Amino acid sequence: MQETEFDARIAAGETIEPKDWMPERYRKQLIRMMSQHAHSEIVGMLPEGNWITRAPTLRRKMGLLAKVQDEAGHGLYIYCGTETLGIDRSELIDQLLSGKAKYSSIFNYPTLTWADIGAIGWFVDGAAIVNQTMLAKASYGPYARAMIRICKEENFHKRQGYEIMATLAAGTPEQHRMAQDAVDRWWWPSLMMFGPSDKDSPNSAELTKWGVKRKGNDELRQRFVNLSVGQAKAIELTLPDPALKYNETTGDWDFGPIDWDEFHRVVRGDGPCNRERLEARNAAHRDGEWVRQAAEAYAAKHAN
Amino acid sequence: MSGNGEWPLWEVFVQPPGGAPFEHAGSVHAVDAESALQNARDVYARRGEAVNIWVVPTVAITASTPEDQGPFFEPGNDKPYRHPQFYTSPRGVRV
Repeated sequence: MQETEFDARIAAGETIEPKDWMPERYRKQLIRMMSQHAHSEIVGMLPEGNWITRAPTLRRKMGLLAKVQDEAGHGLYIYCGTETLGIDRSELIDQLLSGKAKYSSIFNYPTLTWADIGAIGWFVDGAAIVNQTMLAKASYGPYARAMIRICKEENFHKRQGYEIMATLAAGTPEQHRMAQDAVDRWWWPSLMMFGPSDKDSPNSAELTKWGVKRKGNDELRQRFVNLSVGQAKAIELTLPDPALKYNETTGDWDFGPIDWDEFHRVVRGDGPCNRERLEARNAAHRDGEWVRQAAEAYAAKHAN
Repeated sequence: MSGNGEWPLWEVFVQPPGGAPFEHAGSVHAVDAESALQNARDVYARRGEAVNIWVVPTVAITASTPEDQGPFFEPGNDKPYRHPQFYTSPRGVRV
């Protein structure tokens, strides 16, 4: 009865709010999806934070610092949205720190050169924008509202990345090579960010049925490829896919097969940096303990 | 989040520039009102989105419930005479 009513609300395009009745499975799936998303924002600070002290100019350093701060903010928007589903923040943090929770596998790749910072902004944030623009229409109100806030801010991330790449690509032959090398390493993992093909994605059908996802993984991935081809061409960088070809019939850019074995390997924990990321996150949490203690002591002192 | 469990939750309301009304932005955890306000600024006003911020302990908010929706809001729904469309005016006159 309640479930029929709920399905009708979803079908009518209504927004579900925290106190509304919802199927337990909807709640569980949202907690899983939203917390993974929040964790990704938090862990996403690590590969880039690595380069803040080595940014080549003050302008670049300011931009990167602001971007990394945004990622922290985005994590917090989504954590606060996830909490409305009835799970505590501390539990979410514990799940991340203990390694129980998953986050986007893209952040388990290393940032070897400055050009990687450009490639992350251009590809990783670019792919995230495609995905999050769709999620801004998700059926769960707090999630959709967090996405709207994030989408407003994320364009800056993509543009700062693309500017880094354009500058390197127009620089010395060595700088151009550095940019191309970053493109070669980040392109395929970025395509994997959209997740397995819809037919192989266990969660996709359910999330689509409930209006959490409004488009399939393959459709979003295709949109990202279509957008990227022209952007790469404009700055004379080559996307590392010999099968990339314009399809007159569909109007899309066809692309070669994705190495899903690599994807599953990294998701399972065998990526280049899985352990390092989790250790860095745990160390940051431990190192912040004294700040939390000081804040509590201060509040206790002033409460009386 | 350290020894004493979860810090209190605060709801954040921000007022955009230009005299617009306060709007709910999200929430933050903080030990007290002062740090809640600072956290809210860092999380929800990094780009001049706000000229004022309110933080309110989440537990202090009294809200209507979804079950209320029909009866609670009904007094407003059955009074069409509160809307201008309820009234007629002579043809061709702009009122």
